[in-house]
Order: sequence, then structure tokens, then C-alpha cells
Amino acid sequence: MVNDFAAALSEALRLIASADAQLAQIVALSVRVSLAAVAFAALAALPLGALLAITRFPGRQALVAVLNALMGLPPVVVGLMIYLMLSRAGPLGQFGLLFTPAAMVIAQAVLITPIIAALTRQVIEDAWLEYAEQLRSLGASNTDAALTLLWDTRFALITVVLAGFGRAAAEVGAVMIVGGNIDGVTRVMTTAIALETSKGDLPLALGLGMVLLAIIVGLNLLAHWVKLSAQRRYG
Amino acid sequence: MNDFQKILNKNRCLLGFLLCALPGFFAQIAFPQERHITVASTTSTEQSGLFKHLLPVFEKKSAIQVRVVALGTGQALDMARRGDADVVFVHDRETEEKFLADGFGVQRFNVMYNDFVLIGPRSDPAKIAGGKDILAALKSIATTRAPFVSRGDKSGTHAAELRLWKLAGTDPLSGRGSWYRETGSGMGPSLNTASAMNAYAITDRGTWLAFRNRGELAVLVEGDQRLFNQYGVMLVNPAKHAHVKKELGQAFVDWLISAEGQKTISDYKISGAPLFFPNAQ
Repeated sequence: MVNDFAAALSEALRLIASADAQLAQIVALSVRVSLAAVAFAALAALPLGALLAITRFPGRQALVAVLNALMGLPPVVVGLMIYLMLSRAGPLGQFGLLFTPAAMVIAQAVLITPIIAALTRQVIEDAWLEYAEQLRSLGASNTDAALTLLWDTRFALITVVLAGFGRAAAEVGAVMIVGGNIDGVTRVMTTAIALETSKGDLPLALGLGMVLLAIIVGLNLLAHWVKLSAQRRYG
Repeated sequence: MNDFQKILNKNRCLLGFLLCALPGFFAQIAFPQERHITVASTTSTEQSGLFKHLLPVFEKKSAIQVRVVALGTGQALDMARRGDADVVFVHDRETEEKFLADGFGVQRFNVMYNDFVLIGPRSDPAKIAGGKDILAALKSIATTRAPFVSRGDKSGTHAAELRLWKLAGTDPLSGRGSWYRETGSGMGPSLNTASAMNAYAITDRGTWLAFRNRGELAVLVEGDQRLFNQYGVMLVNPAKHAHVKKELGQAFVDWLISAEGQKTISDYKISGAPLFFPNAQ
């Protein structure tokens, strides 16, 4: 057990030290795909969550409950649904997107949109309880109020978006199905780890896992630093 | 009127940059290199490392990128049926013939063979080590109720395993939930499971030779003619799926069965032992 981890750690260090071109490509693709997914998801989910927090309509509570439940979407199911949509025999088959990074972006975006939307809804709703009266008295429309609160809670929302990014980058079930884990085209960190596990090369698999973890921690540190310095500047 | 719009104005450059950069960023992901084919193949060819050896040679010669999606044979053929592959390269004669008969393939070519081996723990509770008769070995495993790991995923290896049980006159499914354990996953994950449970399993030799987490497992029965494992390649029928890349796909098929392709296959060795034996004719 201890030996396994020691072997994995030395494998991870060797991978990083050797600056292996193939590993660099896999890492770059992982980051690009997950960043794209998080960008698209945030673009849809932040306004959605904010509006859901501010507006009042019949069935809203049910919608909130459904949205919260969708945070637990099983990745394999999402992968399968998107596979069937993008397959040549499916409704979007003519675009030939299956087994491309674009398909992986779509799958990850679908997975994390509910997460970002549901958490945004909670953050904005808490802020809304505090500022509703004030904003209403200033004659703010729903859209104005939503935009204002999104901006006011931006530091909390960075954490929300990071949660989405973490889920996207760590996900394997959906991207394996829609990406196909094609060497040099759709192989990302998580599917590479799954493949090395399949080959029984556990130290290499765990080593790759450590590299993935290091990247996610690194990105989070960066985001945290941006947040802190922005907080200092804007208060 | 509010903070947000002020900030928006202040950061217009940044926002503009983001709006312009995003589509470019995405386009690059969405429309990669055009001269490529998609090959539906099996976990054994991928996980044994054969493709890593084979494809660079072909890609260099033809300038066609080969994108391999590695699945079980049954799944790989399903994928091709849906029109998501240009070429299939699998190993289950019976289902391949059915695929052809249904009109999804153009013509099937033998490419290479290797063999299946029965692996199991060195302690060998079913006492079958060194035997040459695979059917006797399976019967012995069933009667001693020694743990046996099955792929259970409709792959070529799974189909071969089920045929052998049938020939042995034993229904392993009666041992489901006790000694007969279906993993429903690829060869590698199944071998990991067998290694962890000290169970018997049937595997193709290629994946076994490349597999590194063997633990207490070793090859116990090999060399029976019934363990023969033939690989075949087919172009997906463009008459069924118009977007199949006929010329590029056919070029790959032709190369695999050409003298050069066959030699490249036989050149692939792990510690001196060849994994696949070319037999296109």
C-alpha cells in the first residue's frame, strides 16, 4: 500500500519532470475542454439562477427542487443521452460532433449547468432577502435587480463557478462515452487515468491522478488569489 | 443606472475580448483536422498496445489520422451500425458475419490471430494448471465452484468464453452471484478484478502480456485449438451510411492486409514475445 503510493508519487514527479509532450497535450485538452464547458455553463446558469431567485411565479418551488436534484445528474446517463443525440443515427448526427472535443464540452456543460444555476440561485436569494426592498424602492426591474445582485455577490459566485469547473474536470463517465478516449484527439486526464488502470499500470494511473489534482489545486489557488486581490481593490 | 452597468463600461475591452475569443476557442475544438477516419475496435487491440505501435507507421505513410474508439466487439459493431465509425476491427467471427449479412459491412478480411488463455491464481484451487483441455478445465472450475471472472459485456472475448462453457456442457449462469462473477467491463478492468479476487478468467494473450497488475495470477491453460482468436477488419457500408469515408477507410483496410501492414503487426512484441500473428490471405 505505502509502496504503491510511493511508486505513484515518483511516477507523477517523473511525468512532470520529463515534461512529456503527450502528457502536456492531454493536460492542455483537459483544461481547454473544461474551461469551455464552464464558460458556456456559466453564461446560461448565472442569469438563470439569478432570475429564479428574484422572480415569483406558480411552480417556482417545484422548479427549484428539480434544479437542486439535477445537481446529482449521473454523468454516464448524460453521456449516453448526448451520445444518442450526436450519433449519426441521432437527431444531431449530421454535424459529425461525436468523438470530438466539442461533444465533451457539451456533455460537461450539461452536467455542470444545474450545479452552477442551483448554487447561484441560493446565493442570490440570500442577497435578495436583504436588498429586495431597497432595490424595489429604486424602481429596479427584475433584470436590473438580477444584474446588480450578480455583481454584488461576485466573490461568492467565483466559488460556485469553481465548483462547476472541478466537477467538469474530474468527470470521466460522460466524456468517455461521447469522446471515445481517442489518443491525441479526445483523450483527457480522466480517461487517460481510466485507460492506464485498465492496462493494470496502477502507478502510472495514480501518477496521472496526482498531476490532475495538482492542476485543479493550482487553478483554484489562482482563482482564490484573483478573488483576494480583487476584494482588496474593490472592497 | 447601477453598478453593474458602470463596471460593464469600464471593462468593455475585457468583455469584448472574451466574446471574440470564445467562439475562436470553441471553433478550434469543434472542427479539427479533416483527413481522418474513425475505427471502432476492441479493448484488446488498444490495451495490448498494438495500435500505439501500428498506427504511427500507417499515419506517416498515408497522412490519414486514425482515431480509434476501443470498445467490446459487440459495442464496436453497434457503434458502426449507428454510422459512427468508418471501419470496424474486431474479433468475433459469428457476430461479424451477422453484421455483414445485415448489410452494414462491405467485405470482411482476416487480419491476424492470437489466442485466449485461461489464467488463474498460482494456488489453483480447481487443480487445472498445465492442462491442454480448456473444456475439462472449465468443468473443474464449475464443480469446485472456484471464483471465475467473466467480462459479461458482449465483447468478442465474452462471446468466446460463453461458447466454451456451452461446449463444456456447463451453464455458468447458475453460479451467478456466487463463484461466477460478471464485471460488465473491458479486459483490463476484468483482469484487475480477477487479480484482486484471485479468480480464474479467460483473456486474450495480447492484453495479458501487456497487463502489469498480475498479482498472484499466471497462465494455467493454453494451447487448446478451441482457444484460437481471429481478428477481422471491415469497411462500414457506405450504402447504409453515406458519410462513411470510403477511400480513406479502405486505404486503412488495404494497408492492414498488405505485406507491410502484416509485417508491422508481427513486429509488435513485448519482451521478445509476439502478441499477434498476421494471417491475411
